[in-house]
Amino acid sequence: MAGSHSYPGTTSPPARGTARKLAPRAGCTTESPLARRLLIAVALGFIGLVLLLPLAAVFVQAFKRGADVYFAALTEPDALAAIRLTLFTALIVVPLNTIFGIAAAWCLTKFAFRGKQWLITLIDLPFAVSPVIAGFLFILLFGAHGWFGSWLAAHDVQIVFALPGIVLATLFVTFPFVARELIPLMQSQGTLEEEAAATLGAKGWKMFRHITLPNIKWGLLYGIVICNARAMGEFGAVSVVSGHIRGETNTLPLHVEILYNEYQFSAAFAAASLLVAVALLTLTAKQWLERKRL
Amino acid sequence: MSSRQYRKKIILWVFIAAMSLTAACGGGTAGTKTGGPSGTAAAGTEPVVLQNVSYDPTRELYADYNKAFAAYWQGKTGQSVTVKQSHGGSGKQARSVIDGLQADVVTLALAYDIDAIQQAGLIKEGWQTRLKDNSAPYYSTIVFLVRKGNPKGIRDWNDLVQPGVQVITPNPKTSGGARWNYLAAWGYALAASGGDEEQAKEWLRGLYGNVPVLDSGARGATTTFVERGIGDVLISWENEAFLAANELGKDEFEIVVPTVSILAEPPVAVVDGTVDKRGTRKVAEAYLEYLYTEEGQEIAAKHYYRPRLEKVAAEYGQRFPQVKLLTIHDQFGGWAQAHKKHFADGALFDEIYRR
Amino acid sequence: MTATPTPKRAPHKGKSYAVLPGFRITLGFTIGYLSLLVLIPLSAVVLKSLELSWDGFWATVFDARVLAAYRISFATALAAGLINVVFGFIVAWVLVRYSFPGKRLLDGIIDLPFALPTAVAGIALTSIYAENGWIGRWLYAIGIPSAYSAAGIAIALTFIGLPFVVRTVQPVLESWETDVEEAAATLGAKRLTVFRRIIVPQLLPSLLTGFALAFARGIGEYGSVVFISGNMPYKTEIAPLLIMTKLEQYDYAGATAVALVMLILSFLLQLLINALQWKAARRMTSP
Repeated sequence: MAGSHSYPGTTSPPARGTARKLAPRAGCTTESPLARRLLIAVALGFIGLVLLLPLAAVFVQAFKRGADVYFAALTEPDALAAIRLTLFTALIVVPLNTIFGIAAAWCLTKFAFRGKQWLITLIDLPFAVSPVIAGFLFILLFGAHGWFGSWLAAHDVQIVFALPGIVLATLFVTFPFVARELIPLMQSQGTLEEEAAATLGAKGWKMFRHITLPNIKWGLLYGIVICNARAMGEFGAVSVVSGHIRGETNTLPLHVEILYNEYQFSAAFAAASLLVAVALLTLTAKQWLERKRL
Repeated sequence: MSSRQYRKKIILWVFIAAMSLTAACGGGTAGTKTGGPSGTAAAGTEPVVLQNVSYDPTRELYADYNKAFAAYWQGKTGQSVTVKQSHGGSGKQARSVIDGLQADVVTLALAYDIDAIQQAGLIKEGWQTRLKDNSAPYYSTIVFLVRKGNPKGIRDWNDLVQPGVQVITPNPKTSGGARWNYLAAWGYALAASGGDEEQAKEWLRGLYGNVPVLDSGARGATTTFVERGIGDVLISWENEAFLAANELGKDEFEIVVPTVSILAEPPVAVVDGTVDKRGTRKVAEAYLEYLYTEEGQEIAAKHYYRPRLEKVAAEYGQRFPQVKLLTIHDQFGGWAQAHKKHFADGALFDEIYRR
Repeated sequence: MTATPTPKRAPHKGKSYAVLPGFRITLGFTIGYLSLLVLIPLSAVVLKSLELSWDGFWATVFDARVLAAYRISFATALAAGLINVVFGFIVAWVLVRYSFPGKRLLDGIIDLPFALPTAVAGIALTSIYAENGWIGRWLYAIGIPSAYSAAGIAIALTFIGLPFVVRTVQPVLESWETDVEEAAATLGAKRLTVFRRIIVPQLLPSLLTGFALAFARGIGEYGSVVFISGNMPYKTEIAPLLIMTKLEQYDYAGATAVALVMLILSFLLQLLINALQWKAARRMTSP
């Protein structure tokens, strides 16, 4: 899950997009021009086949019936409600998981304690849990026949098939993203700077703000950006807990599926293209962040 | 301010914003409930919201019907009513209601799913006799959709098991519509074999041997057949077949009606547990009863569901050919029996696929 | 991860570094949040599956059809993982070592599968790889059924898993000095030998990690696969779909039983991944 960033504070930050600083004497550590071209071609071909074509398919399908249909599909009330819900969910989920990520990375990298490896494994676990199961978990807990079902019904609180359920499922699915990004980064930075600051009398929050945060900010932002993209795009887990109420508990990915099931293929792909746009924006933001870091 | 300091500031602010948002939302989510009118709302003229939990193919039907009902109810009582829709696979929808989705009415693909809600205690026993015609205001049947010109010459069920014919039908374990398909096929096979179940089973094995894709829902199967161009024949609800033939690919498909099919009754019911809590019983019952009126029947017929009302049926007579229809009750002894024998884990359908 | 290992003080057993603040509060928060969001919900699955008798559990989990579904899930995830290891490595290599036009774009697009909703991916992939699709028509022409088959599942899982491999290998390649390669070259080693004897062994832990991540994600994947798989029992029915099928039949206990088996497998895989990463980190920091 580590991002493609170099870690600040290392001796040789690799220059992205340009030849490495070793380029002049790199002749012996690279391939022949032919092999190089071949490898680039293979990489481009593979990415084109696996990633770019589906992307293109989304846009071709979205505009198949013309731009009018495209924009009409995005401005109808149900689509707008889905967009609002998706944004709102991300707005709750991302900050929560960010705070968790920072706290987890802090205690896991700045201190040594028993069971650390287990804790990291547990944090990673949601990566490997099938989204279907993730959604189902919250039905088992908060569904009418779940553990807290009768209590919730008695107090007239709706969790699943309403916003809280969607938020919980999304929280679960995006749980490790920020932490996963920060742990290796902070690990590589060690504790020297903070310890020095502490010796000089800096207190916790101040130390974090002045020493740690500047060191981890790009990794942190990258984690946030990816967490956000995943939060907006989650389908499987949210599908289980949403209830599919039009204009109310349909997130954008669910809206795509609904339109698809209504044989409104162009509209479905139009909604999908919004999510693709979010993805592309995410990727641009990430690139920008990486450039900034140098 | 240097750019470095400036950046630091921004990050700090982002962080603070995130913190406060969390605090705000933490408080916010806990109190969130699905909005609904209080008990008094339904009686007066305050706007009321109904939740209709339905299955996949009824989207277009209820989009129209909800408008008509809202106008009718406003005219009759002066109260404005909004009906929210939820669609999905019939079984999944029933499960959501059981697990706490607040549905005022359910309009599902088969009685078995509403029975499941009843068993969870949300609907009172005997729901199927509360409204006319087994609580199914409209009905449908199972037909074949073939490609233009019927190149494989498909006329009846037996043509589906011929070698080289590809049949598209969804998985009966996950799709309500597919259960009707399966049962119609079984009914035919049993009649053709003179009641020999072993022979009927062999026949079904041949049928499902010709199925290259087992989609999880009826709509997925239609998409596979229509959009992906896979298969020679789609076994489908009559209303879905009409929709595909008339709206998805004009002049690309033909409907073939087999000699025998099944009376497919998608039933409706008021969810007692919800309406009593929300005080929406009156409007919910009126919502379902209006389906039986001439206006309601007209809308159903327009969306290719067979109407019950004589007058409307006569009007749309030429659209719906007469066909011998088996019933789930006479042929299979009701849904519970049918499910146990055919669809439960390890039952007949699983046996067909067992190697 | 990097070339500058931080000298660590010998850790006191079970205690924090006394100088730094915030151990208790961050650890407490971490464990609390983890318990609330992950551990308690996961324990619900375990307890729910206890509702089955031992025999019932056994019969559900080792039913022939369920076994076939595990097998399909594993085989396709394995195939996709292997494809991704080979091509993911090439992509990462090209991205780190070469410069060419469009490199930035290529680098950016890698994360697309993270950000694209799986249902959209599934629909788009199906429309491309079906018999009448852009690529499908060519593949079908040479006898490869690229949709509604195990191959289709593998294609979807390749899409889903690619960034895991690239994003695990890439930073390692980036932070790595070329001096060993140079030394080998100076000593007369052929490029291929260098690749085989130096590059591959060094990269192996991260390749394995990337593979395991993609694999773990692959066996659980549902959204994109159901569209392209065909869902035929014993042939293209994946394990997560079986869970859904059981749920549709109101068989909660059965669904949780299958879910539990998958959870345990995921947990074991995750343990393996972390062990690999830990080993890799040690190798990098203590040469």
